[in-house]
Amino acid sequence: MRRRWSVLAALAAALWLGALADAQRAGTPDRTAPVLRDPEPAAGTGRGPNGIGRPPTAREVAQMDISIGPDGAELPPGSGTATQGALVFTQRACSTCHGPTAKEGPANELIGGAPSPSSSYFPIVYWPYATMIWDFIHRAMPYDRPGRLTADEAYALTAFLLFRNGVIQEDDVMDAKSLPKVQMPHRDKYKPPVEPWKPGTAKGLFIKATP
Amino acid sequence: MKTKVTDRRRFLQRSAAIAGGLAVVPAAGTIPADDATLLAQTGGSPSTDDMNSMDAVLYGRRSRFANVVRRIEGSSSPDGSPPRPSPYRPSARTPVGDLTGIITPSSLHFTTQHLYGIPDIDPASHRLMIHGMVDRPLVFTMDELKRLPFVSRVYFIECIGNRPNPQGRSASDTHGRMGCSEWTGVPLSVLLNEVGVKNGAKWIVGEGADGGRHGKSVPLPKAMDDVLVAYAQNGEATRPDHGFPLRLVVPGMEGIYQVKWLRRIKVVDQPYLTYQESSRFLHDDARTQPNSYEFGPKSVITYPSGTQRLGGRGSYVISGLAWSGGGAIRKVEVSTDGGKTYQAADISGPAMPRAFTRFHLPWRWDGSETIIQSRAIDEKDSRQPSEEEFMKYWGMTRQQLYRASNTRLGHCNWIQAWKVNTNGDVTNGLPPINVVVTDVHEHA
Repeated sequence: MRRRWSVLAALAAALWLGALADAQRAGTPDRTAPVLRDPEPAAGTGRGPNGIGRPPTAREVAQMDISIGPDGAELPPGSGTATQGALVFTQRACSTCHGPTAKEGPANELIGGAPSPSSSYFPIVYWPYATMIWDFIHRAMPYDRPGRLTADEAYALTAFLLFRNGVIQEDDVMDAKSLPKVQMPHRDKYKPPVEPWKPGTAKGLFIKATP
Repeated sequence: MKTKVTDRRRFLQRSAAIAGGLAVVPAAGTIPADDATLLAQTGGSPSTDDMNSMDAVLYGRRSRFANVVRRIEGSSSPDGSPPRPSPYRPSARTPVGDLTGIITPSSLHFTTQHLYGIPDIDPASHRLMIHGMVDRPLVFTMDELKRLPFVSRVYFIECIGNRPNPQGRSASDTHGRMGCSEWTGVPLSVLLNEVGVKNGAKWIVGEGADGGRHGKSVPLPKAMDDVLVAYAQNGEATRPDHGFPLRLVVPGMEGIYQVKWLRRIKVVDQPYLTYQESSRFLHDDARTQPNSYEFGPKSVITYPSGTQRLGGRGSYVISGLAWSGGGAIRKVEVSTDGGKTYQAADISGPAMPRAFTRFHLPWRWDGSETIIQSRAIDEKDSRQPSEEEFMKYWGMTRQQLYRASNTRLGHCNWIQAWKVNTNGDVTNGLPPINVVVTDVHEHA
């Protein structure tokens, strides 16, 4: 319990320092959605049954659509290697939360590890698709300035983590083509939902009340 | 105390300003003689600082004698450790044992943020974009969304971390990660018809505007069935900790489906395995795949429940909540003899699908030690399992059951019991266990 306290204190201090540095660098950091800077197209130009809404601009879609599916179809241009990723890991102060070698914490350890019945967190190496690593790093890191990594940085960090987890080689280049092809070692453990959900077909433990 | 002084000062300043202009406002602190008499008779204090402050008149405030609050996550650990709130992830539980009826006040409704804090969003600049496998991708303003057909529905929202636990001291410890509100918003089906879903689409991914852009895949048939894009909770704007200005409400399903601060919906052909689906809900056991969908039938007695005390033998009304992701609650049974016999409780109040249902059972306590517990049966004729039945389903020992993370077990809906001791103290009624029970919120 005492360890948890110190871990939290360290995290809070790191975040506070990070936020302070941020504020000095770039004014108050924006923690919410990207601001739509283009002049907004006219409202009420939607062509649906109610004629409500308006079509997004191409730039809005590009800016907002950060979802990367398992097959990586949406991955943007850019590339990175594990060597570059090690540098980004230092430059972007990832070690503040994840530790000098990405194993020490206090945030989730990123290298190795095994699933434990009593932990809800699955180590990265157990994730079924490498694209998911890219998606989360790109959308949510660094913790104090989420969504501020470039595509190149996200590719490099993903390559770094894949290499350190023994999934790819140190000089493998990760990009929109190569990343979806990375075979995660435990992919076969993931069982996609076989039956589509239908109203009234809940899964789980259901005991008939009247035998 | 500080707040009070400030409020009073603000009130005095305001009164002075208003009085200067209108000169008809009574002096601060004066109350009609009749009311003063009544207050004195009922033991109330004639101090009117709070009740008559302009702020309290403009936005109602509860009595200073009513002080039920949410419980910060971690503050009720069985080892008595102090609260460990994270400034970036202030999660808190509903004080279910202190509430009545089926509606959880928004201010007391449990709140969980996935790793990041609560964003401060101006609704005037907030947009919802719906795109992906659609004919007409669209961006909506809040004003536009409110022009579309809307519904108000009562639904519970429950975290997968809500579970019976022999070490929880109160109903809030075991079942505080849930709440029930009247949600008002546009059915997602209306919005999906507005954009036109393409053939081959099977899922949607909702995404929030929080720091981590929490996302969750929802099956398209569910999205077309009863999912709401909600902007109001219990009659007023949804509060920031519940997703202001816009959120998804996915009735009956786990908390992570209920994407708060909704900014984007992408229509896709497969589950997108977002962080919350992939890193924490991905198991090689088919029974706990990330999309385990609706909660099974559950119930918990809220009175008498842990940390409460009965004031001597005699008449009481046992009361509690029942709910099910499978639909409406059809029946609740209560046992006052540790599960040996059950009798039907009164559920004659509202029993709506996927909403809290309040049950009652008049009970005469004879002063002896006993165990009370409840079990719910829903409209699909599914019954809430006992701890033993749950263990059997998972092939686990009791130790394994409570050491396992909630997310490994799917929906923990077994029976919670409370023990009424001879001195009237109510404590946890599940048999004690000699392990530290794993808590999903320790790892979030």
